[in-house]
Amino acid sequence: MGLNVPPPVRRLTGNEGTSSPAPATGSPLAAPNANGNGNGRPPLAPPSFAGAKRMVEPSTLAIDRMAVEELSVSYGPKRAVSSVSLPIRQGEVLALIGPSGCGKTTLLRSLNRLTEVTRGTSFSGRITLDGIDIGSMEATELRRRVTMVFQQPNPFPMSIFDNVAYVLREQGRRRPRKRELTQPVADALARAGLLEEVKDNLDHPALRLSGGQQQRLCIARALAANPEVLLLDEPCSALDPQSTKVIEDLIVKLREDVAVVIVTHNLQQAYRVANYVGFMYLGELVEYGNAQTIFGSAKEQRTKEYVSGAFG
Amino acid sequence: MTALSAAARPGDKSSAWRLSDRLGLAFAWALGLLFCALTVSIILYFLIEGLRYLSIHLLTTNPKAGFTESQTGGFLDPLLGTVILAAMSMAIALPAGIGVAVWLSEFARPRALARVAESTIEMLAGAPSVVLALFGLLLFQSPVLGFLSQTTQGVVLGLSFFAAASILSLIALPLVVANVREGLQAIPSHVREASYAVGKTKIATTRRVLLPAARPNVITGAMLGVGRVIGDTAVVLILLGTSLTFQSAGGFLGLLRGQGTALTSYIYNNAPSGELNQPQKAYAAAFVLIVIILALNLVVELAGRRARRMRWG
Amino acid sequence: MEDATLQEGAPRWSDDQRAEFSLGTLVCVVVGLLLAMLVFVFREAWPSFSHNGLSWFGSGGGLVDKQITRIFQSGDYHGAGGYVYTFHAWPLIWSTILITAGAVAIAFVCSLFIAVFIVEFAPLPMQRVLQPVIRLLASVPSVIYGLLGVLVVVPFLNNHVITNSEKASVSPTISLSGYGLITAILILTVMISPVMVAVFADGLRAVPRNWIEGSWALGVNRWRSFWKVAVKTARPALVAGAVLATARGLGESVMLSMVSGGIGFAPKPWDGLIFLFEPSEPLASSILQYQDQRTSPPMESTLFAIAAVLLFSAVLLSLAGWAAKQPMKRYGVVA
Repeated sequence: MGLNVPPPVRRLTGNEGTSSPAPATGSPLAAPNANGNGNGRPPLAPPSFAGAKRMVEPSTLAIDRMAVEELSVSYGPKRAVSSVSLPIRQGEVLALIGPSGCGKTTLLRSLNRLTEVTRGTSFSGRITLDGIDIGSMEATELRRRVTMVFQQPNPFPMSIFDNVAYVLREQGRRRPRKRELTQPVADALARAGLLEEVKDNLDHPALRLSGGQQQRLCIARALAANPEVLLLDEPCSALDPQSTKVIEDLIVKLREDVAVVIVTHNLQQAYRVANYVGFMYLGELVEYGNAQTIFGSAKEQRTKEYVSGAFG
Repeated sequence: MTALSAAARPGDKSSAWRLSDRLGLAFAWALGLLFCALTVSIILYFLIEGLRYLSIHLLTTNPKAGFTESQTGGFLDPLLGTVILAAMSMAIALPAGIGVAVWLSEFARPRALARVAESTIEMLAGAPSVVLALFGLLLFQSPVLGFLSQTTQGVVLGLSFFAAASILSLIALPLVVANVREGLQAIPSHVREASYAVGKTKIATTRRVLLPAARPNVITGAMLGVGRVIGDTAVVLILLGTSLTFQSAGGFLGLLRGQGTALTSYIYNNAPSGELNQPQKAYAAAFVLIVIILALNLVVELAGRRARRMRWG
Repeated sequence: MEDATLQEGAPRWSDDQRAEFSLGTLVCVVVGLLLAMLVFVFREAWPSFSHNGLSWFGSGGGLVDKQITRIFQSGDYHGAGGYVYTFHAWPLIWSTILITAGAVAIAFVCSLFIAVFIVEFAPLPMQRVLQPVIRLLASVPSVIYGLLGVLVVVPFLNNHVITNSEKASVSPTISLSGYGLITAILILTVMISPVMVAVFADGLRAVPRNWIEGSWALGVNRWRSFWKVAVKTARPALVAGAVLATARGLGESVMLSMVSGGIGFAPKPWDGLIFLFEPSEPLASSILQYQDQRTSPPMESTLFAIAAVLLFSAVLLSLAGWAAKQPMKRYGVVA
């Protein structure tokens, strides 16, 4: 596995990413706007948390997993996502930030085709997973490889063991025996950082866990089938700060084996955990880049305004 | 570039499922369609046969003895009997049910009594109507309650509209209580607190604020109760007597004290399995009964829709 | 009418106290009435039980109708010495068990699949139509279902299914005429299904949507997601529906008396195919049949004994339902 725990705080300066973003040619990202301070406004203060400890260093190995190409999603006449392109790589945490209604959740849900649940959704563009168009895949197979954790912890009303074993039981050709499941369940719980706390109580009802534990259980459940990509939709917004910290640590650890995409409206959280950040506004991907760049010296004026709190 | 307009479902195609899953879905579809077909055919069957044999004549004449179906008259008295029973039993069940529901929802002290009350009402809801009817016989044939029915040769008959309506009100009571209680409990506490804060008493609050707000539930409970009452046959057969027409002792009260008949017992007796065996009459009466039930259900539907619009959020 | 405002330390009773008292009295009256019913029914039933002991529930009396006649005729003798209380209700009990258990078993499976279909897999227009239709079916009186059975099922069985040789083979004891076990089970199934479907559908709809969506997001297909998550969560509703339907089946007197055959005969499974058509009489229907012969103490006691058995089963049933829901509360399945 090779868990790569980042060394303690080291103030990162400049653009230290080893793999620079590779937007598709012709996308609006390729030509950055030189919009610095040249339009007469006073220079914007850097984000107040810029001195805070960052948990991540750019990792040394990044494997391309998914690629979003010119994706547009509409709910009926209303356009939620317009022509977005970005890569998703294992070894990196991608954070999607932006004010409410900017389309980041829609973009996330397009990655595992959950947008199809809503009536009247249409999209154009392409998303590929390991080079294959996800539209051509069987939806259930896609969702086993690209799993999602929701904002509100939603463990099933079963025991902890049954929750984590759920995916393993329901997807195989034949139903595995309980003996065969104990190891994968333990592994998943360990990866989610929950094993120590619950290993003696695996038969206890999952709904008796605390909020933070439930969310980690949901993460364990999502990891049980060894997905390639893990999608997190504002996973900490319903949790207290303590649990949030635990889960953020977890997210950073996980990126080595899974590509992580996290949607968050909490800028500090994005700052803490992300390698790459995509800032979305009104359905457009305004800027995509290395986290340090986005938070320190973003190229777009809107990005700068957003990260310094000028609007939310 | 692919343009996809997706369906409203999670997008997985059933052709990719395991065999047992596909069989399960096929079974669910088959049963669902069978259910629809059965429902439609039952409704259509009674509509067609009923309309075939129904006539104004049947609705306006009383049953009488005869040899063929054309001689035995209509079912005016049974129809009136059903209406009388419905009115009488709901006159008891509705106020009593609202009272019990208010007590359970707003007061409910001592707790032990509240628990006992809930359990007994639940038991009442599950008790077979034959048993309640037998109990009614026991009650109304005792000399104490002899004034509620006719007495012949010193023996209290115990069969009358009063007797039947009293037991029917017991049958309707749990429905009224459950619905009104649900309506009252759905009102959030801040409404009550707002009323108490301006100095209103609990009972005034209930009367002026809560019950009007729960009116759709009261209507639903009342309609469901009426539906249950007019559909009950056992109580009618046991407590209303076996005559073809009303056996009144004179005057309206005398009518209520006498034996009678209702649509349900009329259908029962006229079915091929009953004593009279006049299927045509049975069809016609069944049609009328179904129409009444349909109308009641419509009222319940509309009241329910209004309740949903007036949600408290 | 003025609404009194709260008065501090008023010596007389406030409106609220008066209201509480009068409503509380009403509740006590209702509760008292029902408890009185329990007491009276068991008191009237006691002589029949005490004379027969446990053999009340046994077989050995032959056709119930003959037993009843004996009891009834014994009432002609004035004086307790001549009363006959001997009663073996097994044929009635067996009939009740067969009909109720058979109908509930079939209806449970069918209703569950129908409810799943309606809540999750049916096309939207179909869902919207079926909702009120189910509620309508649940409120149709039992006598109408009985009429349906008598006018449609009975002639069909009599003329097209039961063969003459089958009829001849049992003719001295009983007659196979379409009024029988299978008719009763069939009509009772149709009668209790709408109630079950309504309760199941409500329970399935109450399952939080994000649980099911969470299952989809893990790659589990729609059928399994719904079955493993929603149906499992709705188990208390399944229990409630089953209990409700069983209670309805136990207490059903009118419809069953129209279609089940009206003879206190215990159907014999080893008769083969004929078993399905054998007439019988369940407990509730027997009360209906003999209630006008209630003129003598032994008859009265016998009838009330049957009623007591029915009442007792109804109480046991609610207890069983409550007990079945308890273990489910553990896993957070909301009851």
